[in-house]
Amino acid sequence: MQVTAMDIYRLLPQTNCEICGEASCMAFATKLSEKETQIELCTELESDQLEKLESLLAPAVREITFGTGDKTATLGGDEVLYRYELTYYNQTPLVIDVSDNMDDKAFQDRVKTIEEVEFERTGEKLRLDAIALRNASGSKEKFAETAGKLKKSKLPLVLCSMDPEAMKAALEVVGDEKPLLYAATENNLEDMANLAIQYECPITLFVNNDLEKMKELSRTLRAKGIKDIVLDPSTYVGNGIGDTIDNFVMIRRLAVEENDEDFRFPIIGVPAVTWLYEKDDVQGGIKEATIAATLMNKYADILIVHGTNIWELIPMLTLRQSLYTDPRKPQAVDPGLYEFGEVDENSPVLLTTNFALTYYTVEGDLKSGKANCYLLVLDTEGRAVDVSIAGNQFNGKSVTDIIKHSKIEDKVKTRTLIVPGLAASISGEIEDESGWEVLVGPRDSSAVADFLLKLKNKG
Amino acid sequence: MDKMTQLLKLLEKTDTIELHEFKLDIDELELQLMPLVQRAVQKQAEVITKKLIPSQPFELPVHDYPGEVAEVQLGAGTRKPILLGGQKALYRFEEPQPNPPVVTFDVFDIPMPGLPRPIREHFSDVMDHPGDWAKKAVKDFGANMVTIHLIGTGPKVMDKTPRQAAADIEEVLQAVDVPLVIGGSGDPKKDPKVLEAAAAAAEGERCLLASANLDLDYRKVAKAAMDYNHAVLSWAITDINMQKTLNKYLMKEGLTKEDIVMDPTTCALGYGIEFSIDVITRTRLAALKGDKDLQMPMSSGTTNAWGSREAWMKKDEWGPTDYRGPIWEIFTGLTMMLCGVDIFMMLHPSSVQLLSEIGSTFTKEYLETDVPNISNWITELGV
Ligand code: B12
Ligand code: SF4
Repeated sequence: MQVTAMDIYRLLPQTNCEICGEASCMAFATKLSEKETQIELCTELESDQLEKLESLLAPAVREITFGTGDKTATLGGDEVLYRYELTYYNQTPLVIDVSDNMDDKAFQDRVKTIEEVEFERTGEKLRLDAIALRNASGSKEKFAETAGKLKKSKLPLVLCSMDPEAMKAALEVVGDEKPLLYAATENNLEDMANLAIQYECPITLFVNNDLEKMKELSRTLRAKGIKDIVLDPSTYVGNGIGDTIDNFVMIRRLAVEENDEDFRFPIIGVPAVTWLYEKDDVQGGIKEATIAATLMNKYADILIVHGTNIWELIPMLTLRQSLYTDPRKPQAVDPGLYEFGEVDENSPVLLTTNFALTYYTVEGDLKSGKANCYLLVLDTEGRAVDVSIAGNQFNGKSVTDIIKHSKIEDKVKTRTLIVPGLAASISGEIEDESGWEVLVGPRDSSAVADFLLKLKNKG
Repeated sequence: MDKMTQLLKLLEKTDTIELHEFKLDIDELELQLMPLVQRAVQKQAEVITKKLIPSQPFELPVHDYPGEVAEVQLGAGTRKPILLGGQKALYRFEEPQPNPPVVTFDVFDIPMPGLPRPIREHFSDVMDHPGDWAKKAVKDFGANMVTIHLIGTGPKVMDKTPRQAAADIEEVLQAVDVPLVIGGSGDPKKDPKVLEAAAAAAEGERCLLASANLDLDYRKVAKAAMDYNHAVLSWAITDINMQKTLNKYLMKEGLTKEDIVMDPTTCALGYGIEFSIDVITRTRLAALKGDKDLQMPMSSGTTNAWGSREAWMKKDEWGPTDYRGPIWEIFTGLTMMLCGVDIFMMLHPSSVQLLSEIGSTFTKEYLETDVPNISNWITELGV
């Protein structure tokens, strides 16, 4: 459902006044259609035209932000069913639950753990995004009091209670921080909706495996003027996961293909329910991660997870990063000459490719191994070592070029190049073309620091 | 403060924005401005009842598909047959798929000291004999199928002769009655000869010969399959056009859609899985839209997952590899399964089990499973 520049142009004032910074309304329309500018930059729009444009430009799935200031998380915003058609927007926020009946020490420890999770991959620091406070105690005072403690947290908040009284009590304390409310149900819809309106918070709609009912209730919320809705058709683990996948897919299809206004909202998945049935830390963790992966693959825009073991979170963070890479852009770093540690004219010279995964893996290994060396990063248009050898971007000639262009020959006395083990097959070619001697390094860069050490001790 | 932070600071308390003569890289602006601008726009209305455009009645968003996936039988003769593929729709709410996804356990013709420890642990007692290894996979871990990789035939490995490979196949055929996938060593010169000898040894058993690709004599592989009643794995490297070409060539040799399984290549989680997601999704959609050259079931070499360092590398900050490895395999396979893959080559027993559990739901009807009401999870979940 891609909007064309012409569709947009029709709704613009067509005066070419240039206030928006573009030379013409058509130029502005083109940028808008490519999501490269904001409609607010055209100040000349009548309010009804603005509203029409807004709805024309709105993504198929509404984009919702909760939290305030530098504590926010954004979800939704997708336009397509399959990532290859465009890209997916706004990585699925990963939210971890805490309950309001933990003793204070355990509570503080858990919050700290959640805030500190960090896993570095291809130069990006991957982290968790929010905290979901559960009203496990059933007491509204406890819920409000615990919510108050989370004011100090660095992460935005999801408030989980089906009891409007408890929700109200908590909102009186943290309502100004615009938490995501979880959840309005058929039984509490009026009261919860009123709280969402009063505090201007996004609200989740929970319905037990019944999309027809979900449509009806979503409509009710919309009729009240509520715009920020998150849909929860229930997460089932075990055999019920089939229904959950179906529901998620149908909601997304209705939004993207049918343009059904009642379903044009982000979907929330709750893999945490795994722990209703699993008590074993390891089995439960593996199962919960499996459910999370399933739902993230099939359109979950936000997930609530219970497990905090790093081995469970790393695969989730990695899958999320992969799903949300932009298929239109190569994942590459700048080619050229990089330095590690202390370098001088006697430092060894290494070679790798500019594929982000390759570069950052090698970089990580050189840093953690405290290596002192030069690293030449070859432009392979973002391809890994053996991929670019197979595709002929990595060959004697391209290596010779980078040796020349980087002026490495002015910096070091050595004329020995250390190449990845996987490049052994082209070492002769490199030697012939560049005049450098080639030393084949280990296959995996985790062994490279050791390799350099041995080399140094030898000579 | 750089320009961007200054701007953001300014915007923090603002509801409307006017920008004059403002120059900045627009990509950067887009990324960082989006949430703020949205918030300015999304102020929710007071309690009012809005007139909404009348809604359409609720209907399941089911599509019509002109094409369907071929059904491929593996196993015949003394093997229990297994069917792959046969989908007439993308999702089960449209029409449940006739056959559940299938897992085949990897077994090797040599002891494979290089296998990750969490795997060796389960099979160390049987690794000297592929027959025993296969038996254990079937009896103890419920494998639907077994893949025997004839790695030992590799010129740089043990350079076993095609005749020795045939003997290994016979051993495995004797040991188990599930269908087999027969894999070569990856040597493009030798594989066709090895596969031919193996195909002859397994005559009439309908194994899957892995693999035919454009870098080797695929004609020989196709011929062996036709002469001895087997199916062929058609392998292209994450390239839908290459896949189409290869399938066409194989069909020109006389194979039919019912004799071919495709391997569009599984890049592991974190190692390019997004390339596989895109290619596999597009391949399955093409099949359902009626592209006859892509209407075969698909296979995933899920074991590639063990090559990722997050799966095997010892590193205390990442937790034990005992859990990381299996999860890496599950995530990789599961992601492929959700894109339409039908058969999975896997190594670890617990990964196999979890994948199969989810896969088994694909053949059931929507809303026919008893589901609990989980609305109480907020109060019932432990701390
Ligand atoms: C993902 C992938 C792709 C992706 C590309 C992803 C990318 N941006 O590079 C796509 C789908 C596009 C692709 C395309 C192709 N691919 Co491909 N691909 C892979 C796959 C699955 C993973 C590659 C990867 O990401 N590796 C991870 C990175 C981090 O590894 P790396 O760069 O090698 O870095 C490591 C080491 O080399 C070393 N290292 C790196 N730098 C340095 C430096 C020093 C000094 C040292 C000591 C060590 C070191 O440490 C690093 C960390 O471990 C591999 C199979 C596999 N599992 O390896 C096949 C594979 C590399 N591809 C292959 C092929 C044939 C191709 C194609 C030619 C297919 C085709 N016919 O079109 C094309 C080529 C495209 C081109 N170049 O024009 C073959 C190569 C066979 C060969 N060795 O000749 C492989 C091995 C698959 C196979 N088994 O056949 N591929
Ligand atoms: S500000 Fe509006 S009216 Fe003026 S040129 Fe830009 S788009 Fe056209």
